[in-house]
Parts: sequence; structure tokens; C-alpha cells
Amino acid sequence: MTRPTPETLAHSARRARAAAGPAPDTDAARVAATPAAPAVRPPAPAQVSGAGSLVRSLEALGVDVVFGIPGGAILPAYDPLYDSTVRHILVRHEQGAGHAATGYAQATGRVGVCMATSGPGATNLVTPIADAYMDSVPVVAITGQVARPAIGTDAFQEADIQGITLPITKHNFLVQNAEEIPQVLAEAFHLASTGRPGPVLVDIPKDVLQAPTTFTWPPTLDLPGYRPTLHPHGKQIREAARLMTSSRRPVLYVGGGVLKAGATEGLRRLAELTGIPVVTTLMALGAFPDSHPQHLGMPGMHGTVAAVYGLQKADLIVALGARFDDRVTGRLDSFAPDAAVVHADIDPAEIGKNRRADVPVVGDAQHVIDELIAAVEAERAAGRTADLADWWTQLDDLRKRYPLGYEEPADGTLSPQYVIKRLGEIAGPDAIYVAGVGQHQMWASQFISYEKPYTWLNSGGLGTMGYAVPAAMGAKVGKPDTVVWGIDGDGCFQMTNQELATCALEGIPVKIAVINNGNLGMVRQWQTLFYGERYSNTDLGTHKHRIPDFVKLAEALGCVGLRCENAADVDKTIAAAMEINDAPVVIDFVVGKDAMVWPMVAAGTSNDEIMFARGVRPAFDEDEL
Amino acid sequence: MTMHTLSVLVENKPGVLARVSGLFSRRGFNIDSLAVGETENPDVSRITIVVNAESSPLEQVTKQLNKLVNVLKIVELDPQVSVARELLLVKVRADRSARSQVLDTVNLFRARVVDVAPDTLTIEATGTPDKLDALLRDLEPFGIKEMVQSGLVAIGRGSRSITAGPALRAA
Repeated sequence: MTRPTPETLAHSARRARAAAGPAPDTDAARVAATPAAPAVRPPAPAQVSGAGSLVRSLEALGVDVVFGIPGGAILPAYDPLYDSTVRHILVRHEQGAGHAATGYAQATGRVGVCMATSGPGATNLVTPIADAYMDSVPVVAITGQVARPAIGTDAFQEADIQGITLPITKHNFLVQNAEEIPQVLAEAFHLASTGRPGPVLVDIPKDVLQAPTTFTWPPTLDLPGYRPTLHPHGKQIREAARLMTSSRRPVLYVGGGVLKAGATEGLRRLAELTGIPVVTTLMALGAFPDSHPQHLGMPGMHGTVAAVYGLQKADLIVALGARFDDRVTGRLDSFAPDAAVVHADIDPAEIGKNRRADVPVVGDAQHVIDELIAAVEAERAAGRTADLADWWTQLDDLRKRYPLGYEEPADGTLSPQYVIKRLGEIAGPDAIYVAGVGQHQMWASQFISYEKPYTWLNSGGLGTMGYAVPAAMGAKVGKPDTVVWGIDGDGCFQMTNQELATCALEGIPVKIAVINNGNLGMVRQWQTLFYGERYSNTDLGTHKHRIPDFVKLAEALGCVGLRCENAADVDKTIAAAMEINDAPVVIDFVVGKDAMVWPMVAAGTSNDEIMFARGVRPAFDEDEL
Repeated sequence: MTMHTLSVLVENKPGVLARVSGLFSRRGFNIDSLAVGETENPDVSRITIVVNAESSPLEQVTKQLNKLVNVLKIVELDPQVSVARELLLVKVRADRSARSQVLDTVNLFRARVVDVAPDTLTIEATGTPDKLDALLRDLEPFGIKEMVQSGLVAIGRGSRSITAGPALRAA
């Protein structure tokens, strides 16, 4: 083993201090998903099995809940778990465990933990692990593996989950002996929650779980190759501040990194100090209040006209914890052609990956923002400020002319946008909204006003249908006193609704609004627009045959099932669901199938080609812009 | 496209090579040559990778490599100020009539004969890829029965060491 670097030793010392008393206000304590309830003092060494060591490590790390399913190889771990303070929630499918851990982590900022057995148990975690990787969510997945002598023999329920998850984890471990368990677990939590967060998998062979060992805590971390840069370079910050106070058409392009860094307060101060317009990506909704006058909305494929054009016509883009994803930039070579780019991210590999950065800033978003505020104040003190009045006049005009909106369906069916809008208004800004993937997700991003951080959870990068129900379950477990609404499509809902049985049995009263248009709606929208209205395999039959009947399905799963088919009933159905707090509720909102998500930048086209509605391109006075 | 030689210092742990090579293929890079071995510190292995790439995508893959937890440090070796060598073992047809000519070539290239059979010679040679190409060109007419080549290994000239320092992490 290599010797631990001073940094890791310092980290373990901090960890020990954190365990001994109130967590000090350090980078590690903040960036790290601080354990929920740190043990009062380090647990005493004890003779235990590897499984015992695993469960004690989880306890020492402050884990309050694990989502999982037992099976042969992981079975030894479930015995000490039986007596543990760690709550285990028995899910119905490992994918549910993974998304629940993700939802828990996104809602609370703490590490989400899921557990599965070897082989199929582990491979069922692959989708949620890939999902957490794309959205940088701190998740630790613990899997059983066949006993060491059987590894590589194609043993029963053997799968090389370490190899399988190499490209979709921040790091992964195959534990080789029981003595390593506390250290590996501590390293896994540290890696998952610091720097750019992400999923970490710990694979433990069954004989390692069964082997006798000594549990000692705290372990020393041995991660000589892992040292995330938290503090940005002063020179780059000064250069960024100079641009921010001299550009005429600047935009703050805010991504999920700002939420992960807990930097939303600072973001607001920076925005108000500079007066610069703000756009928040799909992963950052809630990082800046939707109602704030400087908020232009969400950029990208289904963003607002003002946000898309704001970026497109900017002379300066200040990207904070965002990654110039293709859904935001559209065709990259025509994206924001006149903009200088300040790109701040904790992950150096993101900077310059898609769009060249003129001012690269590597650092944690909170430090970056705090230091930008100081540097901008210095610029202003020296008399340098930019006059943004013309820019705001143009943007305000766009906002006024092209607000988000929708038309009532001509066929008299219930409008999905109306349902989602009312849901957001009735449940309010304190509720957590968890969307699946598709049209309903986009409408939920557009028509609910997100005023507070961590109130909007969704699968942004991977676009995982089936995310909503289990992620809502995880969010509700992490925030039991908060109302949690899952907003799901009928396609998504049929992928993972079995976790409602878990919710019913474990006392997790989530509320699920199924925006049931009878179709794979977003795919159908593309067929309408790009495939000559040839609706190949997008009709799910949920309307035509009412198979499944979501109300009966909800009841069968131990939930309250409600149905709403017309606008007049929307409010009272939502109100009825809000009254129920002792059971999960499912509302089957039967909505029209022809509603579409607008505005839209078609895939592969330039943001200049944004369509405000079908066949309607916004009119821009090019001289003005 | 230009050839770049990367020296990647990694923790000497199982599976690290798979992480490194997997990253290259996943990001669409072809590895031209790869050599791995222990360093003076048995906890640290050194992977020498030769890759044919433009400098901007190379920078991206280097940054991604740096994110691998087991990667300690990455240095691109400048061919002007480094020494690079490959090892070649080649079995050449060399019956009585051709043997002396083959041996002349071996001596010319300061290579060595490491095995002798009635109608073949096995030759060991080290050198830059250019030198080994030249040797092979000269041996070709005699008939090459089998050959094996190592990946390139390379080290910077001068007294500086890339493995020195308490923390093996590129800035």
C-alpha cells in the first residue's frame, strides 16, 4: 500500500473530529454528504464477520437507510442488518433500490445507499448506477459477489459487476479480504460525495462477508490519486469578474453543480450584484427562484425562447457547474457564436470538452461563486460596471412576446399542461416534484414554479424512464415531512410502479400523478413532427383498452387510486390526494394524446431554429439583437 | 494526427490496466502501443501509452484519465528530450548459406542472437521504433518465421524524475 498523503490523513482527522463532535465547517463536511447522525464517539474495535464489519461501517458512516433486496451472495450481510440501527427498505426490483438511493441523495444531499446480491441483482442496478453517474449523484451500491474461489468460473449468479460498471461509476471496488471492509466503505463514501459526486460500487464476495475479522474505526483513507480541486485560481476569477463587469450581453448559465455545492444563496447574491440574467438547466431547476425577475427560465431543447436566445446572442456566458450538454447547446458549431465563455466546474475534464473555454475555472461552485462575488465587488469599487439596460430591454421583450404557454386541446380532452400547472400551484413551492422522462417531464419543468433548491428531481443525463416512482420513494424517505409528488407518464409508470407496494408496506406516502395520454408521448411527438405522423409502436393501449386500469392497479398495490378525466375535477382530485397522508396515492389523469411540448429545438439543429409552436418561429429583430 | 507518448503512473492494483485501456476505447482512441511494468516503487506501476491523436482530444482523454482514482500522474514525454525503446524478438530463416549474411545484419544493428536452430536464428534487438523497422526490413529477404514486439517504453532525459515527489499527481 502507498502511504496516505497529508490530505487523506487530514481528511481522516476531520472525519474523526466530526465523529467526536459537531461537524466542523470545512469543505469536506459540506461537500461530503455529511452522515445523517454521526456516532457520538468512534465505535470500539470488535470481533465480527465481514458482514458485521460492513453493517458497522454503514452505522459509523451515519447511514440511516439502505434500499435493497437480499439474495444468496449478499445474504450474510442481511443477518447483522437485522439488528442494526440502519433501516433496510425491501424493494421489489433492484432498479427501484438504485433510483430510490438516487432520489434520497438528490433530496437530502446525503449519500444514498442501495444493496443487491450478485449476478442478476447486481446487473439490475446497472441502469440506476448509469443514471446516477450521468447526473453526478452520490450513491454507494453494495453488491454481493460469489465466493473468491468461484470468481471466474461462471458460478451460479456470477457476473463481473466491477467490470460491467467500470464506465458508469466514479470508482468501484472488489473487496479482497474482510479487513479492508471499513476502509473500502469509508473510501467509497468519500469518493461518492466529494469533488464531482457520483456512484461508487463495492462488490464483496460471499466468503469475505463470512470471514472473521476485527472491525476498527475510523479507518485511514488511502486515495493518493484523488484530490479534487476545490479552490479556483485567483487569476482566472479576476479575469472572469473583469468580463462580467465589462460585457454587454452576459448570461449566467447555471447547472446542477451549483445545487451539489450548496451554492444557491451565493448564486442569488452574485446574480443580484451583477444584474446578469440567469438560466437554469434541467438539472438546476430550483437553484435560482423561477419567480426571480432575473430568471429567464430553462435553456435547451424545450427551454424558454428568452433563455435559448439569451445564450445564443450572449457576448459572455458564465457557466457554473454546467456541462454544455447537447440538449442545451443544440448544434454545437452554431451555439452562442459571439460569446466568450467562462467555464467553472469542479471537474477539469468538463472544461473545454464541448465548448472551448476562454476562462477556465476549476473549483467547487460555492468557492467559485464566493470568490467571484468578491472579485466583482472589487471591479465595481474601481468604478467598472456594465450597463445591461439594452440587453434587458431585448430579453424582456422576448419574455413578453414568447412566454411559456399551451393551447387547450381542440378535441376537448384534458390538457396535460393544465394538470401539471395546477398540481404545482396547489402543492406549492415546498413540495418535492419527481418526474419520469418524456413530455410530462418537460411540462413539469416548464409549468411548475421551482422556488427552492432540491425540490425538483429528475433523470436528466441518462433520461431513464421509470425513474420517478422509486426516486420519489427515496426522496420521501429522506424528507418524510415534505410532500413528495411523482409526476409520471403512463409509459414510465408501467416500468417501475411495483415500488408502490414497497411504499404502501413501508409507510412511505408518496403521491403519484400519472399523466396518462395512452402513448409514449414524447416519441409520438417526434413521430408527429419528423416521421409523417406514422405512429409506430407508441400507443400503449392505456386509453383504448384501459389496460392496465391505473386506479385498480394502485389499489392492488396498497395505494389509494383516484381518476380525473376533465378540467373541472382537477383541483378537487389534487386536493383529495393532498388530504391523504397515511398511504401512497395515485391519480390517473386521463389527458389528450396530441398535446406537444413547445418551444422546441429539433435534435441536431441550431438553437437559432427554435420553434415557439408547431410551424411558428419566433420573430426576432436581428438588428436589435 | 501526431504520435504522443504518455507516461501514466498508476497504483499497482488489480484491474487498473483495464480501467486505463477501457477509457481509451470508450472515448474513441486507438492505442498504438502499450507497455506496463513496476517502477522503483513497487506500489506504483508505469504505463507507457503511444497514441495517435490531435492535441485537443488528447487533452480530453488525459483529463479523463486523471479522473481515474488509481491514476497518480500523467506526463506526456517530449520525443526531443526523452529516450524511447522497444524490444523485438524475431525468428529468421538462416540455413547454412544465409547464416553469415544474417549475422552481418545482426552485428550491423548491434542486435544479439539469443537462440540457434539448424535453419533459423532468433534475434533480440532493442531500439527506437525506426531502428527496429530498419532491422526488420533488412531481415525480411531471408524470411521472417515469427516475431514479437514489446510496447514502447520511454523515460525523460536528464536528472529529473517524474516519479519523485510526495504526491504523484499531475497539476
